[in-house]
Amino acid sequence: MSPGILIGTGLALLVLTVLTVAVRYIDVGEFNIYIAIGIAVVKATLVALFFMHLRWDRPFNSLFFVASIAAVVLMIVFTTMDTAQYAPDVIKGNAPEAQKTLDELAPDAPVAVKYPYGM
Amino acid sequence: MTEIHASNHAHDEEHGDHGHHDPHLAHHFETPAQQFDSGKLGMWLFLATEVLFFGGLFVLYCILRYNHPEIFSYASNYLDTVMGGVNTCVLILSSLTMALAVRFAQINKPKWMVICLVLTLLGAVGFLVIKYFEYTHKIHDHLVWGSTFYVPTSVEEAEKLGGGENPVVTTEPAAVAADFVDPSDSEQELIPDSLMQKPATSVSQIKPAQMAPGGIASMAEGEPVVEPPYSSGANHLEDADMPPNTHLFFGIYYCMTGLHGVHVLIGMALIVWLIVRGLRGHFSHKYYTPVDLGGLYWHIVDLIWIFLFPMFYLIH
Repeated sequence: MSPGILIGTGLALLVLTVLTVAVRYIDVGEFNIYIAIGIAVVKATLVALFFMHLRWDRPFNSLFFVASIAAVVLMIVFTTMDTAQYAPDVIKGNAPEAQKTLDELAPDAPVAVKYPYGM
Repeated sequence: MTEIHASNHAHDEEHGDHGHHDPHLAHHFETPAQQFDSGKLGMWLFLATEVLFFGGLFVLYCILRYNHPEIFSYASNYLDTVMGGVNTCVLILSSLTMALAVRFAQINKPKWMVICLVLTLLGAVGFLVIKYFEYTHKIHDHLVWGSTFYVPTSVEEAEKLGGGENPVVTTEPAAVAADFVDPSDSEQELIPDSLMQKPATSVSQIKPAQMAPGGIASMAEGEPVVEPPYSSGANHLEDADMPPNTHLFFGIYYCMTGLHGVHVLIGMALIVWLIVRGLRGHFSHKYYTPVDLGGLYWHIVDLIWIFLFPMFYLIH
């Protein structure tokens, strides 16, 4: 672990910082967030491996660190999956039988969605 | 005390070590290497709890952003990318000097170690100074959490918004014009301006901005806005395109960057302690555990900022 490796890591981190700022101004749709997080993960890995010595350390220390990050990622994945299940209207529109009757008796009645799941 | 020393000496002799007892070796460890590894393992356990500590806030961030992406892409524009970027570089450089300080301790150059620790401390101070300017500017512009976000920063801004609806809940830009008079507004019908003896757009006539639906609190109806005549740089209340509940972004922004800032303060206290001990000659290549562990703490502070920066400042 010479000072050269540490300075090189620092320079790489600065270059990646400039890169991630530059990418902010390029529109690649929804990939912007993945690129930004990807660069952040690379930077974090560099810090952990070289600044925090995990590259040369006992693997047991890395195990704790990786396990804690895995726990956070699991927590994020499951809570995001859960929040994705909420919808303001569970089923839009009328029940199919009610809508059929409405079609016959009042074809012009306002309705949010007609037959959301088809007939 | 004498007993411990006696047992240590017995211990050393038992293992055929050199005669004198290492002053930094606690008696319950066999060797300095074992003591160092144990300390490091304990530090990594603590860092794991730090990751989980911030993890809760990361989960909150993900849920908010998943449900309200428009708030994040809009409100991110109010953050200063240059200041955030400079702060990221300052923190990375201070992390580098911290890593070099540990390296100089390992190769028994305590003088250079102290110099690197001082540079690290300067980086930490620089980070907090820049953060101070960012925070004060935002608080001045009422870019904050909660109901204050919807309070005009100046009499001029309140007048521009007029007595009509808050643009946050208005879709028609005409509705926010100063001369807009809602016929259903009973206060304006019942009390003419002549009776109230005030000009048409005096301060007391201005209704305070309402919280958007789903907010935490709401201002009392008709309460006069008493604000010093600041000039706002942000003018977010005048922006009809502002999505509802934009204050949520600033809530999570202050929460996460604030908690990170507290960690920077703790890190600074640790570095000062290391500098003082370094100047007293406590550290050498034989014993530098506090420098190494303090360095680990400082790197995790840097590591968390590496994620916070794109999460708040770099939203396209």
